[in-house]
Amino acid sequence: MKLLTHNLLSSKCLKGVKVGYPLRIVAKDVKISESEFNKEFVKKIIPKLDWKVFVNAAVQIGHSNDLSDELIDDYEDDEEYLKKVHHVLMEVEIINGELICPETDRVFPISAGIPNLLLNENEVS
Amino acid sequence: MATMKLKKLQHALEDIETFENPKIELEQYTTSSHIAACILHTAQFVYNDISGKCVADLGCGSGVLSIGAALLGAQYCAGFDVDPSAISLSVENAADRDVLSQCDFILCDVKKIDKNMKLKAFDTVVMNPPFGTRERGADLMFLKMAISLATRAVYSLHKTSTRKRVTSMARELGVHAKVIAELRFDLPASYKFHKQDSVDVQVDLIRFSFPLLENNILTF
Repeated sequence: MKLLTHNLLSSKCLKGVKVGYPLRIVAKDVKISESEFNKEFVKKIIPKLDWKVFVNAAVQIGHSNDLSDELIDDYEDDEEYLKKVHHVLMEVEIINGELICPETDRVFPISAGIPNLLLNENEVS
Repeated sequence: MATMKLKKLQHALEDIETFENPKIELEQYTTSSHIAACILHTAQFVYNDISGKCVADLGCGSGVLSIGAALLGAQYCAGFDVDPSAISLSVENAADRDVLSQCDFILCDVKKIDKNMKLKAFDTVVMNPPFGTRERGADLMFLKMAISLATRAVYSLHKTSTRKRVTSMARELGVHAKVIAELRFDLPASYKFHKQDSVDVQVDLIRFSFPLLENNILTF
């Protein structure tokens, strides 16, 4: 599971949960995959991200790649910076671990790279 | 890669592994490589909705639409399914075609995906939803979820016999629906209750788009 996916996921599906975002991450097993760098794509995706959540998630799994809490102003022209973001967002893969609901501590396992957000019937909102 | 020919794409999708034991209640039948290639090829070469885009595939099944989108240059493809065996199959198929680095597959209840995923996070949704034959309304629920995720377009297959219902729902949701192809869906007799070897079903490929998005008039 990529950090881009983490940036989009919430646990609002759980009964009683209001925001359910961001999910905490525990990574037991991280793999680095290689994916093609597309400058335009990264430029376009950055404003859509919750930046703080992204950097915080990267820190939690020990792959922040020196990215800081504040997005730099002139990122559009900084190819090195965009490559760094691409790497953390798309190439760092959590293979085994957990996503944890910030409100209820419900654990959603990640195994073989697949996050499992399925709920039992009595947990559904 | 974005210039991949239709035939080549179809060929690349041809021997995708399919369900050994399809689940009737989920209406699991695999999207044929031909139909998957036609949908994606049109989405890319007529509308430019795939290459360089974020694409979601709801009820991804064997993963054929996610994989095809990745082969056409989609930068990020997310496949969602409620069935663990479908998700495993998708991962296996994507790995076989070397596109796993562009894809994530997520186990979740697609009918409630608006409570799992950030809304409007994708450019395009491509899907072959259940037709709503086994579970009434499942088709429209998938459509509603797809529209809540996409900002550019949704491509979906619906039984031609339900066209009125589907287009009226699109109107209610403030999206534009255009039937871009009428297909004959050759459903192989995957389930025991199918008496003939295969059943032909008339299916519409519909593109839903968002003419009013910039004014935020969309309501759900």
